[in-house]
Amino acid sequence: MWYLCYFLHRLLDYRLPEVEALLKLFLKDDPTAGHELRWKQPQHHHPDSPFYFVNLPSEDIARSILSRCFLVKGIYEVWGVGSSYDELRKAIESYPDDRKAPYLTADSTFKVVVDCFGRGLSLQEQTQRINSLHYIPFQGRVNLKKPQHKFWLIESDNNVETNGLPPAMQKVVLFAREIGMSDRSLLTKYELSRRKYLGPTAMDAEIAFLMVNQALVKAGKFVYDPFVGTGSILVAATHFGAITMGEDIDLRVVRDGRGPDCNVWSNFKQYSLPLPVGLVRADNNSPPWRSSLKEVFDAIICDPPYGVRAGGRKSGGRKLLKGSKDPYTIPEDKRKDHIPSTAPYMFAECVHDLLDIAARLLVLNGRLVFFYPVARGESYEELYPKHDCFTLIASSEQILSTRWSRCLLTMEKTAKYTDEHAALALQKHNEFKERHAELLEERDESLHSLVFAPLANDTGIDYSKQDSRPKYRGKLV
Amino acid sequence: MRLLTHNMLSCNIKGVTNGFPLAIEATTVETKEVDMNPDFLRHIFPKLEWKAFRDASHSLGVDDLPEQVDPDMLLDEEFLRRFHHALLEVHLEEGVLICPETGRRFPVSKGIPNMLLNEDEV
Repeated sequence: MWYLCYFLHRLLDYRLPEVEALLKLFLKDDPTAGHELRWKQPQHHHPDSPFYFVNLPSEDIARSILSRCFLVKGIYEVWGVGSSYDELRKAIESYPDDRKAPYLTADSTFKVVVDCFGRGLSLQEQTQRINSLHYIPFQGRVNLKKPQHKFWLIESDNNVETNGLPPAMQKVVLFAREIGMSDRSLLTKYELSRRKYLGPTAMDAEIAFLMVNQALVKAGKFVYDPFVGTGSILVAATHFGAITMGEDIDLRVVRDGRGPDCNVWSNFKQYSLPLPVGLVRADNNSPPWRSSLKEVFDAIICDPPYGVRAGGRKSGGRKLLKGSKDPYTIPEDKRKDHIPSTAPYMFAECVHDLLDIAARLLVLNGRLVFFYPVARGESYEELYPKHDCFTLIASSEQILSTRWSRCLLTMEKTAKYTDEHAALALQKHNEFKERHAELLEERDESLHSLVFAPLANDTGIDYSKQDSRPKYRGKLV
Repeated sequence: MRLLTHNMLSCNIKGVTNGFPLAIEATTVETKEVDMNPDFLRHIFPKLEWKAFRDASHSLGVDDLPEQVDPDMLLDEEFLRRFHHALLEVHLEEGVLICPETGRRFPVSKGIPNMLLNEDEV
């Protein structure tokens, strides 16, 4: 059956993948699994429009999706859709009576909500629109506080100033029965401004929950974040019942925090959540896991350091890796309190290590969800890292500035990790190590320089050609 | 650090082939009660190195795990409870993990194992 999926107008690229992921999550234990999700849009609608039609197996599944969804406003059974109120009337009148009658009975209570996308309507305008529905044979009583059935009259406002861009949609008027609404109150509860311990790159609560949905996290799943930092992603995963483990190279973050009541652990205690089962200080470049450890995590979710706000570090001194200095042996008496030096961790190397460790440690069909930065104007798909074991499920762009975006990549492990994969990864690992100095010098090309370079044409990007995305797209849209 | 983590870690110094299991030298051991999740226990059971797990539990003063195990035991409530306790409720707060091959000592402080290697070890 087709339902209307009315989206919130934010994080546009993230909206469809979220519903797709949640459908998969809720269909897993269902015998009707294998349902193929399809999307349709009203005629002449831009992909950024908030109105989508989606085929779902049942109303119960729709409600389950809404219980975990953050970017859908509500899901509805549409009784009529048109580009004007006249067309709407015709559509509603021709909608099968046996679909309508059960919700119009005399012993029921109902309410009509008037909604306009793009503009608020005055009370007078709302009443006038409700009155225009006189042709629907409502028998029940109106109850504004606790109605049994809620009907929505939704229209789009097409008088908005479009900034010289083509309008994102043709005028649309919809009348629909509400199946359910999403609940975003969790985001208020978990918002970062109320979090006790924050780092410079703590993950925004909304995005963290979106990542967790992409990773199909549910109760009892084992989730790992190799760049755990202040634990903001694992907090979201734990909320949905996951058992979590984190790793970070920075001992100050992972062990000490800002004191006994302000550290990674306190971020979990604050919400009375179970603590991570383990936090380890280690280097993702030389992971501490035993070699026989395989297929243990259900999901790996992380925000790798890509060197814009925080750069990655790995073991080994810079001079050492450059080759200008021999590895020095730490005197026996100094070993105990020795602080090992670290070197910058190239993003390409970091992603390579991440994919290798994820391919090994994820269960089959487990998901790897992480952010991947891109310079805007590039053709992204070709840049995304690839691995034999992974299939790309979704990629969602979040535009951060005129210069760069980050894409949330969702990958599913679809092939087993073999000895050949391990051998190949090791070869590549050594290659990175040998070429460390050389790669460091190429850093001028890196994202950091690009993001912070003065605006000039010598960055190699032609900004005039970047208008494939309308200008109203920004950080949260 | 719980024994689950211990069972996953090894010494990964360059050239070391037998860095597992790490011996435990415990200074402070704590017990913290957590809710039992049988599904998780069943998921993690086949991934564990049982002998290493049992030996590690000994060094933290837990002595009630059987030497031989098979998956059927996961149906037994009493076994699950003991398994859960050893795996997730016993914490090594302060101590040292020692590589069986090189004797390299990895400190555990405030419950966090520090597995970072020195410059000459990577």
